[in-house]
Amino acid sequence: MALLLKNARVVDPQVGLDEVADIIVRDGKIAEVGAGLSIEKGVERDLTGKIVVPGLVDMHVHLREPGQEQKEDIASGTRAAAKGGFTAVCCMPNTTPVIDNALGVEYVQARATAVGKCRVHVSGACSQGLKGETLSEMGDMVAHGAVAFTDDGRGIQDAGMMRRVMDYASMFDKAVMVHCQDDALVGEGQVNEGVVSTRLGMLGWPAEGEEVEIARDIMLCRLTGCPLHIQHITTKRGLDLVRAAKAEGLPVTCEVTPHHLFLTEDDIDSTYNTSLKVNPPLRTADDAAALIEGVKDGSIDCVVTDHAPHTAYEKAREFELAPFGMVGLETSLGLMVTNLVKTGAITWSQLVELMAVNPRRVLRVEEVSIAPGSTADLTVIDPDVEWTVDPAEFASKAKNSGFAGAQLVGRATDVYVGGYATLEDGSIVE
Amino acid sequence: MAFNHKHLIDITEYSADDIMLILETATKFKEVNERKIKKLPTLKGFTVVNMFNEPSTRTRSSFEIAEKRLSCDSLNFGGSSTSSVKGESLDDTVETLSSYKIDMVIVRDKRAGVPYKITQKTNAHVIDAGDGKHQHPTQALLDLYSIWQHKGDIDKLHVGVVGDIGHSRVCGSLIPALKIMGAEVTVIAPPTLMPARPDILGADHVCHNIDECLGDLDVVYMLRIQRERLEGAPYPSLREYNRLFGLTQERERLMKPDAIVCHPGPINRGVELDDYMADHAERSVILDQVYAGILTRMAALYLLLGGSEDGSVA
Repeated sequence: MALLLKNARVVDPQVGLDEVADIIVRDGKIAEVGAGLSIEKGVERDLTGKIVVPGLVDMHVHLREPGQEQKEDIASGTRAAAKGGFTAVCCMPNTTPVIDNALGVEYVQARATAVGKCRVHVSGACSQGLKGETLSEMGDMVAHGAVAFTDDGRGIQDAGMMRRVMDYASMFDKAVMVHCQDDALVGEGQVNEGVVSTRLGMLGWPAEGEEVEIARDIMLCRLTGCPLHIQHITTKRGLDLVRAAKAEGLPVTCEVTPHHLFLTEDDIDSTYNTSLKVNPPLRTADDAAALIEGVKDGSIDCVVTDHAPHTAYEKAREFELAPFGMVGLETSLGLMVTNLVKTGAITWSQLVELMAVNPRRVLRVEEVSIAPGSTADLTVIDPDVEWTVDPAEFASKAKNSGFAGAQLVGRATDVYVGGYATLEDGSIVE
Repeated sequence: MAFNHKHLIDITEYSADDIMLILETATKFKEVNERKIKKLPTLKGFTVVNMFNEPSTRTRSSFEIAEKRLSCDSLNFGGSSTSSVKGESLDDTVETLSSYKIDMVIVRDKRAGVPYKITQKTNAHVIDAGDGKHQHPTQALLDLYSIWQHKGDIDKLHVGVVGDIGHSRVCGSLIPALKIMGAEVTVIAPPTLMPARPDILGADHVCHNIDECLGDLDVVYMLRIQRERLEGAPYPSLREYNRLFGLTQERERLMKPDAIVCHPGPINRGVELDDYMADHAERSVILDQVYAGILTRMAALYLLLGGSEDGSVA
């Protein structure tokens, strides 16, 4: 059946498009893009005032299934993704059991096909059990569909092991995605080391605990040639390391989360709000400003959420006992539009690169553009709608957002995955 | 003077006037504590829960005596009897206690921020008796009282705090409190025992050589080396710590003639203090601090639970 999307502003820097146009979708593919298009039969949608972009991808989410379904599962997590405007996510392997073999990859893919509301790309663990000791069966996981490798949640402490991971992974042309955290420096750190750790009397998580592993892994990238993707970068100096690596021509990319862009350690006050407990921690205002510069100048490739759902009772614990992480799928787009696009800091085309084009390139999955022949993964955005973040309305099982109550502008209204609507007028299509 | 606080959790929420009112109220309770019968009926009928979720002997005893001398009904809750060992959340425990219609919770916990968290689950008053490495406001008050009694106006004093600043809840309240009262504060410790940002606590000067600053100090506040609270080993040996940072008989010659020595207790003799300085008749006010703990805690209980506004006590 045909679908005609009419009168939207179509933005896709891959094909140099930023103009009002119509799009015809047939059999899950884009058939035609142009002015004044019509179809003989099918569904017509008038999207006057809306913006259509290639489907957004969040390449860093925790869907928690298998094993931690009290926090989130593939059904709820992918619904949250659809509500947030995403056509695809890449899920992290720190489930129970860890996704460190083909069985885990197949399980998640099968569940996503059965109950999911977006595409789910699976990343496999670099090391068995995320222990940082023994290589996982990366080749078998690649054969079964894994798109990248990561021990997200922890850094691989042993430099020799990290070299082995990158050496081995380099033969598959997959990115190794790294959570940079030197345990000897970070220890039981709870919040950024500095003002907030001193004021609130908690162990500090120093910036250097992240930067030292970024530096090490860039060196190992030079040694091995393995594509390296720095996850959730949080500091100015860490970003400078990535800039230098890119200038050298190394295959290094990086990502940032909205919470590290738009929240700082100063937001953590004497109320000890556990929704602001994230890993790596919220950093200084100077760091956040430097990260925004990195988004603007393209040093940062991707915006991801590190969507980390937890139950209310886990986050209701004492700050030092509560788990790290906040949800993000349903606020990411609105935060980016409100804080960066509406302010003129970045263009819509840059937003598309950060949230749609570059994540697919890093993950080495099929590229999607708004051109005939491309898979019809599309996100429709109302750029002007004003809304307030209310975790009670989340499709996610979890409510641990650091942005509750935030006033935002811009939100996804419709999402098409392979030409099928998963979100229509802001509601999940069941 | 109006005293408008419901809780005693964060000393930085208290003004110099608030703190002086507590200290002046404490002097009135001093008179009571000199009597043969040391008990007042003032807080009869108020129920106070002593919720000590980590071991404490001195702070807990001091609070208990203060409560008894004001005729509170006290409930001791904590240690091995806490529900947390059965897996109950802090929130559920507090809501359970709150259902007993209690008036105040005095809480010691190894986690920072727990006293504030308790205020979100009960209408009772809350006093922080030490939360993790964060604050210990009644310790600061008893320290200020002792300093004030021995040295007069606090705003004319230079106080040096020596030792494990970075892992100390005592410092988390004491240094901000000294700044509120107008004192000059120097922190003295090896960098491994310093917080990331001593200036955020309020320290005016940071010093790594006790011999260089001892001569400037009116009050030398020696912290306990908290062996149980130190991750890794931030000094090579207790012997070297004593040689570099211990207040010893040899170092007395560097001190002002009228400088006093404080310590929150319990003392590690031979580490931060030698016997000579710990027991020094003119300089050591350590036992006065213990007594001040009773007086200032009586004052805090009294003022928070709604004593008369003019500070009259009986």
